[in-house]
Amino acid sequence: MKASLPFPIEIHDLTVAYQQKPVLYGIDLVVEEGSLVGIIGPNGAGKSTLIKTVMGMIKPEDGYIKIFGEKNTKSITRIGYVPQRESVDWDFPVTAMDVVLMGRFGHTGWFQKISKRDRNFAAECLEQMNMLPFANRQIGNLSGGQQQRVFLARALAQQSDLYLMDEPFEGVDAVTEKSIVDLLKQLRDQGKTLMVVHHDLSTAQEYFDQLALLNLRLVAYGNSSEVFTNDLLQKTYGGKLTVLSEIGGRKFKDRQHLPKS
Amino acid sequence: MVGSSRIGNIFLSPDSTLSNRTLRFLFFPFLLIYSIQTPLGAEQIFASDQGTWIHRAIRFWSFEDPSMQVILIGVLLIGINCGLMGGYVVTRRLSMFGDTLSHAVLPGIAIGYSLSRSGKEWGLMIGATISGFLGVAIISLLKKYTKMKVDSAMGLVLSAFYALGICLLTHLQQSTGGGQVNLENYLFGSLVGLSESDLPPIITCLCLVSVGFILLHKEILVSGFDPSFARSIGLPVDFIQLLIWGLLAFCIVSSLQIVGVVLVSALLIIPAATSWLLTYRMNHLLILSAFLGGLSGLLGCFFSFLTNHLPAGPTIVLCSTILFLIMLLFSPTKGMVPSWLRSRKRGNKIRIENTLKACYQVLEEFDFKKQCFPQSLLSRRRRKSDGEIEQEIDNLIRHGYATRIKSSSKKFGENISDTMISLTPSGWEVACRMIRNHRLWELYLTKKASYAPDHVHDDAEKIEHVLGEQAVRHLERILSNPRLDPHGKLIPSQDDIERGWTTGPSAAN
Repeated sequence: MKASLPFPIEIHDLTVAYQQKPVLYGIDLVVEEGSLVGIIGPNGAGKSTLIKTVMGMIKPEDGYIKIFGEKNTKSITRIGYVPQRESVDWDFPVTAMDVVLMGRFGHTGWFQKISKRDRNFAAECLEQMNMLPFANRQIGNLSGGQQQRVFLARALAQQSDLYLMDEPFEGVDAVTEKSIVDLLKQLRDQGKTLMVVHHDLSTAQEYFDQLALLNLRLVAYGNSSEVFTNDLLQKTYGGKLTVLSEIGGRKFKDRQHLPKS
Repeated sequence: MVGSSRIGNIFLSPDSTLSNRTLRFLFFPFLLIYSIQTPLGAEQIFASDQGTWIHRAIRFWSFEDPSMQVILIGVLLIGINCGLMGGYVVTRRLSMFGDTLSHAVLPGIAIGYSLSRSGKEWGLMIGATISGFLGVAIISLLKKYTKMKVDSAMGLVLSAFYALGICLLTHLQQSTGGGQVNLENYLFGSLVGLSESDLPPIITCLCLVSVGFILLHKEILVSGFDPSFARSIGLPVDFIQLLIWGLLAFCIVSSLQIVGVVLVSALLIIPAATSWLLTYRMNHLLILSAFLGGLSGLLGCFFSFLTNHLPAGPTIVLCSTILFLIMLLFSPTKGMVPSWLRSRKRGNKIRIENTLKACYQVLEEFDFKKQCFPQSLLSRRRRKSDGEIEQEIDNLIRHGYATRIKSSSKKFGENISDTMISLTPSGWEVACRMIRNHRLWELYLTKKASYAPDHVHDDAEKIEHVLGEQAVRHLERILSNPRLDPHGKLIPSQDDIERGWTTGPSAAN
């Protein structure tokens, strides 16, 4: 049985709120090893929040997340993360190579310097994304697609078992999009687990093996062919659960007086 | 010590009222000019020295005077320190923050002063650091719990703390009989007041900053560039931010002595901003910024000493501003002058290419039967006056693209006095290339990008100058080596270009 191995992601009854407004409500999700999961849903459905909570950047109000059977703070080096492009200061004085080297920082202790081997490995990762000729360019001088390739090279340099990516296809050209898809499938074939926030419904079924349909609640999770139905999509994109998002937050206000769950 | 003997003598005269003072702070820029004429607070280094400027220059750079040595070491260290710190402040976009912090330390200095009763105690440092942190905390609280944006929160904290500091210091001054507290030293800095006992805090601060940055270089780098990624690999981003604020506060406090509250943020921001013009690597930026900080400190001191009446702190700031302006104008990659020169060169190249293209078209009208043509035909084609065409031809001749032949123009039955123009082989080559680029691009637009044939000319006029040989090969390949453009005119082939100055392109091939 596979159950003997801990799952890469196990989310149990997860509720996350921003300023007492729930963004995710009672999410249960188990992702098996080697899955290539796309998270789809309308704007403000909590897609990025889900990823950030899995990363441990946002503290949940309720529920827990286990990464490879452990608390997510413990297994952080096993997760590779590709943030949204807007979260980065592109004018910062770093080169493409510097950015990829950051992928090795998680494996290098505090106060320690980056080794020659790390450098070589970073160069290999750049090469794999066809970005080696741009290694010494300032990151802001690259095109959107090239920047995204550098980000993926950094993710590769992290050598993680689980990858979380926040809209990697945002603002990239068709060629880059194709090479990102190839990379995702290649990583999956190596037995890695990937969870990717995606916004383009027309390609969702083709790019991902599994889909998670999200809108405050997890509407559905399963194989793309089974979940990608008109009925479920209608349910996901059909509008917010207004009552849940407005009333549901009230319990956070006086949390200390309410019975613990 | 020269410094310690003078520090007590310069204080606020009792009759100058607070409102008068505050007004002056509001008009600080004017005050700067004013202070040059009347030595106000920002004082020059040594007013006593006489002699020619050469003597003074020699005396300055020989570092003989012991009190001078202390001042120079202090200035150099502070310059380096602020430069290093500034590298992080500027790249993290905390410049306004540095400014706020430098003003927010003032109440702490006043309280530290009243507790320790002397100007050179660690109590002052601690008080200032605490006060600075309090300012920072208030900013983040305001940001979190009100609708206030961070710039207004900074503005509020900056002015409120500054006002409080001035009130406290003025009160202190009057209550102690004005003997010990020298408000202006903290506002505008005073190099003369710098003595050996001021050096340890400065050195400690520099050590902390440089050791911290060497050890934590990669952590600070990643949390500045991409905080969410830094969090994802388990770095305590907020703690690192706090650490930088702490070092910043410490750095500001130790520099107050030299440039004062009002100008210390200039020392932080200007050298780092200058370096950012020159490099795009973090470590290069830090080294350069430290160097420029130290350099402007020394230069500022030197000019203040040389002129005998310029206040040292503002002179240092002006020196680093001048260094910034020099780099802004002349930096090889991003400088305004080099890029202006480059664009002028490009403009000239385009003008030449357009003239040559017109020459080709004139020759084409004669079916390439003639090797030279009258200048008037060229001015008609270019729709320009004879004078302008004269200049364009001169330009071609200067670059060896054309020659003038004195008239034998009877053949054309036109103006006898007309000058004849003939292209040189290299001129012919460039002309052919431009025509080829133009027509190839027109063909590409009509065939592959479904443009209407009468819409392609204007675009091709621009593209022809920037189409590289590689792109030309590519275009020729996808259009399968075409010979005719959308208007039925010949596209010169590589053969025509290489064959050089002959009878024009051969339609036979």
